[in-house]
Amino acid sequence: MENNSNFETRKPPVATTGIIGWSRQHLFSNWVNSFITLLVIYFLYQLIPWFLDWSVFSADFWTNYKGELIVDRTFCSRVADPEGDHGACWAIIIVRFYQFMYGFYPSEQVWRVNLTYFLLVVALLPLLIEKIPGRKHLIKFTIAFPIIAFILLYGGFGFQVIPTNKWGGLLVTLVLGVFGIAIAFPLGILLALGRRSQLPVISMFCTLFIEFIRGVPLITLLFFGMVMLPLFLPEGLNLDGLVRVLVAVTLFQAAYMAEVIRGGLQAIPRGQYEAAQSVGLSYWQMNRKIILPQAIRISIPSIVNTSIGLFKDTTLVIIIGLLDLLGIGRGALADATWMGLSNEVYVFVALVFFIFTFSMSRYSLYLEKKLKTGINMGAD
Amino acid sequence: MKKLLSIFAVVAFAFTANAGTLDDVKNRGFLKCGVTTGLIGFAAPDDAGNWAGFDVDVCRAVAAAIFGDSSKVEFTTTTGKSRFPTLASGEIDMLARNTTWTLSRDVNLGFEFVGVNYYDGQGFMIPSALGVDDATGLDGATVCIQTGTTTELNLADFFRANNISYEALPIETNDEARENLFAGRCDVYTTDASGLSATRAQADNPNKWVVLPNIISKEPLGPLVRHGDHQWGDVVRWSLNTMIIAEELGVSSSNVDDSKGSNIPEVLRLLGVEGGYGEMLELSNDFAYNIIKQVGNYSESFDRNIGPDTPLGIGRNLNALWTDGGILYAPPFR
Repeated sequence: MENNSNFETRKPPVATTGIIGWSRQHLFSNWVNSFITLLVIYFLYQLIPWFLDWSVFSADFWTNYKGELIVDRTFCSRVADPEGDHGACWAIIIVRFYQFMYGFYPSEQVWRVNLTYFLLVVALLPLLIEKIPGRKHLIKFTIAFPIIAFILLYGGFGFQVIPTNKWGGLLVTLVLGVFGIAIAFPLGILLALGRRSQLPVISMFCTLFIEFIRGVPLITLLFFGMVMLPLFLPEGLNLDGLVRVLVAVTLFQAAYMAEVIRGGLQAIPRGQYEAAQSVGLSYWQMNRKIILPQAIRISIPSIVNTSIGLFKDTTLVIIIGLLDLLGIGRGALADATWMGLSNEVYVFVALVFFIFTFSMSRYSLYLEKKLKTGINMGAD
Repeated sequence: MKKLLSIFAVVAFAFTANAGTLDDVKNRGFLKCGVTTGLIGFAAPDDAGNWAGFDVDVCRAVAAAIFGDSSKVEFTTTTGKSRFPTLASGEIDMLARNTTWTLSRDVNLGFEFVGVNYYDGQGFMIPSALGVDDATGLDGATVCIQTGTTTELNLADFFRANNISYEALPIETNDEARENLFAGRCDVYTTDASGLSATRAQADNPNKWVVLPNIISKEPLGPLVRHGDHQWGDVVRWSLNTMIIAEELGVSSSNVDDSKGSNIPEVLRLLGVEGGYGEMLELSNDFAYNIIKQVGNYSESFDRNIGPDTPLGIGRNLNALWTDGGILYAPPFR
């Protein structure tokens, strides 16, 4: 009772708050966790300084340890001075940066690729930012973008034609990834709706298509596109190699996208359909205004997931002889000037892929937060 | 699968056989040549994005023969799996992609090997510290071997025939083999001799490694075209032969202009000063001059790409001229 007068709020015990409390709760809650935590810390302690040293502090960029400009592998400190302690030799990436980005695209025409990249960002803006001014007009541009990009990259309409065997590096990776995902998305929606259609012919066709494509590995489809497709086409009609691969990639992605979206459609309660029908909406109105917006919203994590998967799967095209980012890297290693620098090349390629896939996953997290994906449907 | 492939090859053949490839190439204005996606010394893009290498030179020689310009080639990259369908479908005019000449490829797949530009064979590479100078002394060694290849079978045959034992360490790729060998996890690496040289060149200190002289298999590598268009096959065949003959006759890119005044009849025939041999191939009579001037003779191409002074450091050995103890031999130019 006498304490009442000088009552003061006592802080909680040090061991339960702040960094100490957090780590006690999350890292050292029992002896197994403590052991794993210490083990991981030990490995990180070993790994991070070593990697930083290899990739930055002891690494060569433009010049080697003697200050000479690196023009081939023999100038790399690691090769020139095998006894010394030297790290990565990034000159291979720097000297061949153009090839990594554009392949063998003629340098006097490369502004077309850069312009396409810029326009790609413009085309993505209305999708990424909801409150951008003039969004309605920008969306029209976004829809027209694939055609504009094709003319810019390939040629025609007054532009010099650049055959696709000159394309390579990140350009091929992005063309396959962006076009594949962009075309597969609407195709996937149609397939998903088709599979749930009450018209047996449509639903059977869509089901067969999806099951067939999902039932074979991407590499099989790539071979199909590369090897067998030309044999079915009439003589003289020689589809471009990249287009054939793009067809295979798109069909593959569309089948997966369809199943992801169908998953979203399954989750929409019947009441939503009935409500839409009872106010007299047609099939397409109902889907466009009521069903799909909700279905796609709950499918976002999976849509991004398959898109990331596809983006990485594009490296498979090396097996049929297209030089994507990884293929250009391997080509660089096969040049006697740079052979043996495989760690540098693979780390660089991994970094580029990580930048793209990580941005995609971050964006999807942002979308999920904004749209509150996990909401209760009934209360919406 | 092989049967299926051959059916497709036949179908493709039916589509393309009636068109004269040489005329197609001339009308198009450039040659379409299939190469690897990158193999040290044989084909790889340089820093400026131009393809270079020993196989690439065959493509360039054909372009020089047809157009008098060795740069009129477009390269299509092919892999071990895609090379044959790409050629069969007519997407490329010829394939120069270190491809071993075998009966089934020549006959069953419907292709025509026009010659051999590199005689390869399976060999062994070991650390020089091992002190062995012949493969029969490798009793009990651990061998790095690519699984599922003919090299695996050749290896088993060789060791069995010589009654010595070994332990296999199965690996998948060249890179993997290199890392295992350099880390000492295997004593021996066996694959085609050219591949061994490439592996050796990538070592921090190549002198610590030796390629043994034993060659235990035949791998004749050469350019090929589709069956059925003999005129086109002849053009490619004689472009390759020209490089070999030029070496025999001592004509190189540096002395080719002076050689036009030579008193050796075959040199004059080769350079188109006498006789109409180019016309027989429906090429210009100086086609061989263009090849030698722009690409060089066989030894120039060899030395530039894979020879002793390159990182690969491959000796001529089997690929020396027949007059120098090798088996490189071209029919006479007459």
